[in-house]
Amino acid sequence: MLGYWAYNVQPLFKNKSVKKVFEVFQVGVLATSSFITSITVLLIIFFLFKEGVNTFRKSLLEDGYVLSVSKSNPVSEISPLDIKDIFDQKITNWKQVGGNDDSIQLFSVDDLPKYYTEAQIGTELEYIGTCLNNYVATHPRALAYFPQKKHLENFAGKLIKVGSVGVYEFIKGKEWLPTAKPVAQLGILPLLLGTLWVSLGAILLALPFGLATAIFMAEIAHPTARKVLRPVIELLAGIPSVVYGFFGLIVIVPFVQSVFRLDVGETALSGSIILAIMALPTIISIAEDAIRNVPKNMREASLAMGATQWQTIQKVVMPYARSGIMTAVVLGIGRAVGETMAVLMVTGNAANMPHTFLQPVRTIPATIAAELGEASNGGLHYSALFALGCILFLLTMALNLYVQLRLKKAYK
Amino acid sequence: MVSKKHLNQTVAFWLFRAMSLFVVLTLVAILYFIVSRGISAINWDFITKGPEQGMVKGGIFPAIVGTLCLIVGSLIFAFPIGVSSAIYMHEYMKEGRLKSFLQLMTNNLAGVPSIVFGLFGMALFVNKMKFGDSILAGSLTLGLLALPVIIRTTEEALKAVDNSFRLASFAMGASKLYTIKKIVLPIAMPDIITGLILSIGRVSGETAPILFTVAAYFLPRLPHSWYDQVMALPYHLYVLATSGTNIEEARPVAFGTALVLILIVLITNLFANGIRAYYNNKYKK
Repeated sequence: MLGYWAYNVQPLFKNKSVKKVFEVFQVGVLATSSFITSITVLLIIFFLFKEGVNTFRKSLLEDGYVLSVSKSNPVSEISPLDIKDIFDQKITNWKQVGGNDDSIQLFSVDDLPKYYTEAQIGTELEYIGTCLNNYVATHPRALAYFPQKKHLENFAGKLIKVGSVGVYEFIKGKEWLPTAKPVAQLGILPLLLGTLWVSLGAILLALPFGLATAIFMAEIAHPTARKVLRPVIELLAGIPSVVYGFFGLIVIVPFVQSVFRLDVGETALSGSIILAIMALPTIISIAEDAIRNVPKNMREASLAMGATQWQTIQKVVMPYARSGIMTAVVLGIGRAVGETMAVLMVTGNAANMPHTFLQPVRTIPATIAAELGEASNGGLHYSALFALGCILFLLTMALNLYVQLRLKKAYK
Repeated sequence: MVSKKHLNQTVAFWLFRAMSLFVVLTLVAILYFIVSRGISAINWDFITKGPEQGMVKGGIFPAIVGTLCLIVGSLIFAFPIGVSSAIYMHEYMKEGRLKSFLQLMTNNLAGVPSIVFGLFGMALFVNKMKFGDSILAGSLTLGLLALPVIIRTTEEALKAVDNSFRLASFAMGASKLYTIKKIVLPIAMPDIITGLILSIGRVSGETAPILFTVAAYFLPRLPHSWYDQVMALPYHLYVLATSGTNIEEARPVAFGTALVLILIVLITNLFANGIRAYYNNKYKK
């Protein structure tokens, strides 16, 4: 807005020095606006990471709750994964988490009426704290789980420390259950692998077809055919991803389901197919440019030696254009990694470790899109999604920088 | 007698022709599929009425209005800044570290996934600046996303202006700013406008950045101020396709919405190409 105003308003004074000052001001406005993209990138980094690092500071325990044991129990710390196993009844003995050889007795507030009469708890539940105190003190085998506000000042038990997730566990963890109770599981390996599988699958599908089309357009096609093809491909690059997702949902998902006789058609393969279609325009146009940039005299030298056009393409054009084609591939991967809506609609979104292309997977962008609406602002889940955003940002940034350094070298 | 190497060439070239045809057919099939099924859903009521009966009947008027608000809002913000930025980078800056850094950042911004823009817009505009879910927050987010496109096309447009125009103007004693305003920009304007129109297509179809900054699941009334939420076409299509109350019955409306989205892209593309062709011809004469 400021730039537009500065551009249009003519100086009121004819005085030359005033005019000069006004010109300097206008150029200043232009100069300031040239920093807008850099500032935006820095702001994105700042806001993403500021919220993302909170993931590694917040306790994995459900907000407002505590886990406690009797003071006579030697255990004072249990890892988040073990806590989950205890509540899933996979770990049933204290010995497995470093305590005495004794079975674990789970206890929550809802179990109070089993041990205490209504009179002891109080009609308005006013004595809950006392009962909890009493229970924890008298049951050395118990692992009690209850809201923090019910826990009194001079509590008879001992609170179990539940740490936050470490960076290493975050990346290596195989379970993504950000809303699990009592402890959340934040392992992004299935999401990371899902993203990579779907993107790499897409590139493997798109590359042969994209390259063939690029060679056709640059070397074989009649100029008129090329004139028709180019705008069609440009148009396809412009179609919104949600439309591709819709097409995938209605055509590709049932197709994959019937061809492979699956129970559900929402699989990694469906995602790869739709992403391949979406990546085609990028790959075709960049690869075509790379092929066209091969100097004419190199081609002519080869043809003059008696090589056929196809031999020339194989032995001269392709090696020369290799760097540009690599750029197209990396850029295509970058697109595929960051693509959200189409993938969200066709891959089935199950946060499992991928084993085959015929099972549902969940990618990082799809996870953010699907879960951010439900995550409460500022909570652990919210921070974890921002941390996912950081990883996505770093991934695409690395691919981008690679492409740009390569391009720069190519131009030198 | 055809030699082996010529036979090889024939086989290879026919393979390429077939694969290219396959690619083009796939793309045409997508267009045909959406257009043929969507066309029956589109009529006057579809364009001018709000959704009815749990979004399986009625039209998509509020979503069209919402998308228009977002297009205008984002480009009012991004167009002047993007063009100024490109002018300064191309006309004033000397080749050097600063310039290549700024270009690197612009290209990096272009590569940032749209969902990351959504996260950022939510953190900065919705939560930090307390705009809430609003047209303002959504427009700013989409504007940032459109910036690299506008900067890049403007730079290309400025590059295409022959340097002799600038030199002639300088020789007449005009200042640099005056030359840019009166000589360079008017010549580059058709290409700059082309970039603007193409970014309309881009902005109108983005879903991920507006998910958490503006888009409403169902909101039949029209917005009153820029602090209101709105429905938007791409998000509406997503809702109809995946999470409506009755997905099967909502299919015709979904096809209609998809067709409207494609039409926006088609029309902006045709328009942009038309402008480009018109001015190219004019310039040659």
